[in-house]
Amino acid sequence: MFIPHTPSEKEEMLKTIGMKSLDELFQDVPEKYRFPKLNLPPALTEMEAMEQMREYAEANESTRELICFLGAGAYNHYIPAGVDFILRRGEFYTAYTPYQPEVSQGTLQAIFEFQTLIANLTGMDVSNASHYDGATAAAEAAVMAYHNFRGKRNTMVLSPAVHPQYREVVRTYICGYENVCTAGDSEDSDPLAGPEALYPLIDENTAMVLVQYPDFFGRIFDYTALAKKTHEAGALLCVAVNPTALAALKPPSSFDADIVVGEGQPLGIPLSFGGPYLGIFATKKEYVRKIAGRLVGESSDSQGRRAYVLTLTAREQHIRREKATSNICTNQGLMALAATVYLSLLGKNGLKQVANLCYQKAHYAAGQIAALPGFEVVGASPFFHEFVVRCPIAVKELNQRLLDRNILGGYDLSRDYPALNRHMLLAVTEMNTKEEIDLLVETLKEVSHA
Amino acid sequence: MPEATIYELTSAGRQGVRFPDADVPVSPLPAEFAREELPLPELSEIDVIRHFTRLSQKNYCIDYGFYPLGSCTMKYNPKVNEEAARLPGFAAIHPLQPEETVQGALALMYTLQEWLAEISGFKGVTLQPAAGAQGEYTGVMIIRAYHESRQDDKRKKIIVPDSAHGTNPATSAMSGFEVVGVATDASGNVDLDALKATLDDTVAGIMLTNPNTLGLFEQNVLEVVRLVHQAGGLVYGDGANLNALLGVVRPGDLGFDIMHFNLHKTFSTPHGGGGPGCGPVGVAAHLVDFLPDPVVVMVEAGDDDTAPLYGFRRPDKSIGRMKSFAGHFGMMVRAFCYISMYGGDHLRDIADYAVLNANYLMHKVKQVYKVAYPRVCMHEFVVEGRWDDAPEVHALDISKRLMDYDYHPPTNYFPLIVHEALMIEPTETESKQELDQFAEALIKIAQEAHTQPELLKSAPHNTPVGRVDEVKAAKDLVLCCWMPDSK
Amino acid sequence: MNTPAELKYNATDEWVKVEGNIATIGITDYAQEQLSDIVFTEVIVSVGDSLKKGANIATVESVKAASDVNAPVSGKVVEVNEELGSAPEVINTDPYGKGWMLKVELSDPGELGSLMDAAAYEKYCQERGH
Repeated sequence: MFIPHTPSEKEEMLKTIGMKSLDELFQDVPEKYRFPKLNLPPALTEMEAMEQMREYAEANESTRELICFLGAGAYNHYIPAGVDFILRRGEFYTAYTPYQPEVSQGTLQAIFEFQTLIANLTGMDVSNASHYDGATAAAEAAVMAYHNFRGKRNTMVLSPAVHPQYREVVRTYICGYENVCTAGDSEDSDPLAGPEALYPLIDENTAMVLVQYPDFFGRIFDYTALAKKTHEAGALLCVAVNPTALAALKPPSSFDADIVVGEGQPLGIPLSFGGPYLGIFATKKEYVRKIAGRLVGESSDSQGRRAYVLTLTAREQHIRREKATSNICTNQGLMALAATVYLSLLGKNGLKQVANLCYQKAHYAAGQIAALPGFEVVGASPFFHEFVVRCPIAVKELNQRLLDRNILGGYDLSRDYPALNRHMLLAVTEMNTKEEIDLLVETLKEVSHA
Repeated sequence: MPEATIYELTSAGRQGVRFPDADVPVSPLPAEFAREELPLPELSEIDVIRHFTRLSQKNYCIDYGFYPLGSCTMKYNPKVNEEAARLPGFAAIHPLQPEETVQGALALMYTLQEWLAEISGFKGVTLQPAAGAQGEYTGVMIIRAYHESRQDDKRKKIIVPDSAHGTNPATSAMSGFEVVGVATDASGNVDLDALKATLDDTVAGIMLTNPNTLGLFEQNVLEVVRLVHQAGGLVYGDGANLNALLGVVRPGDLGFDIMHFNLHKTFSTPHGGGGPGCGPVGVAAHLVDFLPDPVVVMVEAGDDDTAPLYGFRRPDKSIGRMKSFAGHFGMMVRAFCYISMYGGDHLRDIADYAVLNANYLMHKVKQVYKVAYPRVCMHEFVVEGRWDDAPEVHALDISKRLMDYDYHPPTNYFPLIVHEALMIEPTETESKQELDQFAEALIKIAQEAHTQPELLKSAPHNTPVGRVDEVKAAKDLVLCCWMPDSK
Repeated sequence: MNTPAELKYNATDEWVKVEGNIATIGITDYAQEQLSDIVFTEVIVSVGDSLKKGANIATVESVKAASDVNAPVSGKVVEVNEELGSAPEVINTDPYGKGWMLKVELSDPGELGSLMDAAAYEKYCQERGH
């Protein structure tokens, strides 16, 4: 298996170090607790292990069998074969963080290209090498805003229309900082209010304003006025994005966002029950030294050849220790590579095509559902590929009936927003055919009659 | 040969992947929202595949050779794990699906929680943290929440021994604690007198790496735990070095209250060129209610005819969410597959051979390289990469020269308490022959250091690039290969 | 190592030059050598700020280390060296000249007594080794 030693090699090695048995190696371990019996199943061979894994996998109903209209932060997109082909190269996935640039130029250049793609997609000046996911990227933005004002501004204004899990992670991350609080998304705030509802909350104590684009409900707002308000108060505007949508929509730089974060999963990364995904983090040049996480820079080697290297590392935990502003070490290296290969394969026109298909199909679905008695597509705002539907019965029950027809229904918004009882968030991507959408509409119609 | 960037390879009109035309009536996006310029490259599929294949060839990796990077546990990554994680029943399930449709995934997570608890002697485990550093953060937030729940609000200090990973002090500071250092004694253990001097009712806890970053088992571990508990603090274990302890000792049995695991070190999930990791956290019984949201629980026990029912739950006094969804599930699948191939009967083999390999290699090189703390080591050891009679040679030069011998260098300049440190961790998956050859290379380099030091100073010579100018990178700060002219 | 005799030195490796009531502050030759190539400097106080001895006044970064610079004396900031932002390397080449960071108006000249003279500082550096 994975330990190559033969019995005679083991004996020879023990002899070399002057020991009689492997047990002797552990003489420093308190005897009373040494060598516990572990209550785990007996070892499996590879053949048996794979069979076991298959059994666990087959106990799930996957989006290969179900027709998926579920999004809410993780999206079912087509992943070209070339993406996984590259990810499965041992040179990429069995390498460590590129601390030794002479033998890591592959990883370093790929990250450098990733930074370039993200900067260009978001319209920002710089991107880092990635964070764990969209939620932690938003939390790191809040921490960066806090440090940017040296702790003198203590409020993070969060739009209630930002993904509920992002807001929760921001709360977890800031609780170590004295007196820092959040505003804007309390229980009594109207979840579907527009960005104007945040204006009264923005003042000289605001460090950062966080909105999403398209927002959690799929809606598209022009945040130009919000950005102006935020900047007048001296605060930073952070926009959480869906990268697919940015192929169709004006980039957040167009309304002068200071920080752009986002979930990179739609860029060629499988759903995989929630992870590993990819945190996007981009900002303006002036904040480059305040970014947490890895950055790759271009330089040259001893012979003047172009070469890449991790840079600005003096900000990081291994050097600054307790003075570092983040403890992050790894990025999502392999996931950033997936996004880089995905964006290279699709390119300018492919990504536009995907964004367009998402938009068209979602609007077709919304139009059909709006025409059904008992259902209402909520709100008049433009949307991208997700929209909110008020249903005649509880969403949980509705989803159960959809599931009977092999349809994975939308997200039950009452889980996070008590005010949105019977509201469902539906997502449509390029993966959904017209037939599938029609089947969804047909099924909803039957359900509402029953 | 430098490889062109994707922005240099671009050719207007190329497209690697196309998509079908819309099969629904078209409704235009309102013009006020529509993007004009999308500055992405245009490449065909072959351009892309060749580009990334060529880039890959500029990387050193475990699949190619020996990677003795101390503290990183660069063991072999079994290929069956990769197959398993890509099964559609795992890779193509949505994190927000109704729980009854993902019982296989939940059962796997539940079982992995139980296994990790059994291996480490803890009561509860969260799989959510994204990496070791986030696991640490989770653990320290739990320490904070625990003292707060007891209205014990004086506890503002976390003790961090000077041999700790840099993440430990950074994590403590991020969580609002003051960091207090404790020195290492002459035999490489926590200095007990120095520890005692810091202990009072303002101590929230200690972050202890065991085996420590010198590769040594903390000989006073029971006393350290007793003293910290006596002062009312909690003991956090940095599990980065757990590979040495599998089946040998359970940190929970030693009295640790909390510990994080690195699935990407101990349990063979690939490092991926810098992530994704996965950093579960185990806690003792009194801390189970503080775990992050969510954990997987058995909602209904099964019987002979029906499988148990599993679901996500938020623990009562949860510190909240650390990230979206339930964590890096793909990594959990790999670790689960790995543990099941060792089982209860063979898990100890991992520690046995990791520690045997480290001691064997240490023995082979100790005549030439000064071992910082000469006693039986665990999974790794630290030597000094310097000689008084070759003053111009530094540990970094030895590392770079190793690349010429086709090896990945060990960890450099860490731990900070050893001058010119070279931290070497062979792992259990390397054979005797591999270790012999590596030791030979190290010894040869030591000779070169004395006879031809310039060979080391100018190394590496056989790599895709030579030493990279880090000062230029930091000063000129070029972080993108191409930007539209408007920038 | 260069340690001008006319300056006063702080235990965290800052130097002070006193002219009348004005103290000029920078980091020592020893400090810049320890840091190696400096790639970034940020003075984080502004003209008009009142400083207490020990307060953090600047950050200096090289490729392998980052260091905080502390106020060796208390006083009001009267001038900041704006040149360092674009040319941090002058701290390496001329730590006691072009590499100066701040000028402050002393509020407690008595504090100068607690600083080391050149001989004491040199000894202090030697004790710490290289």
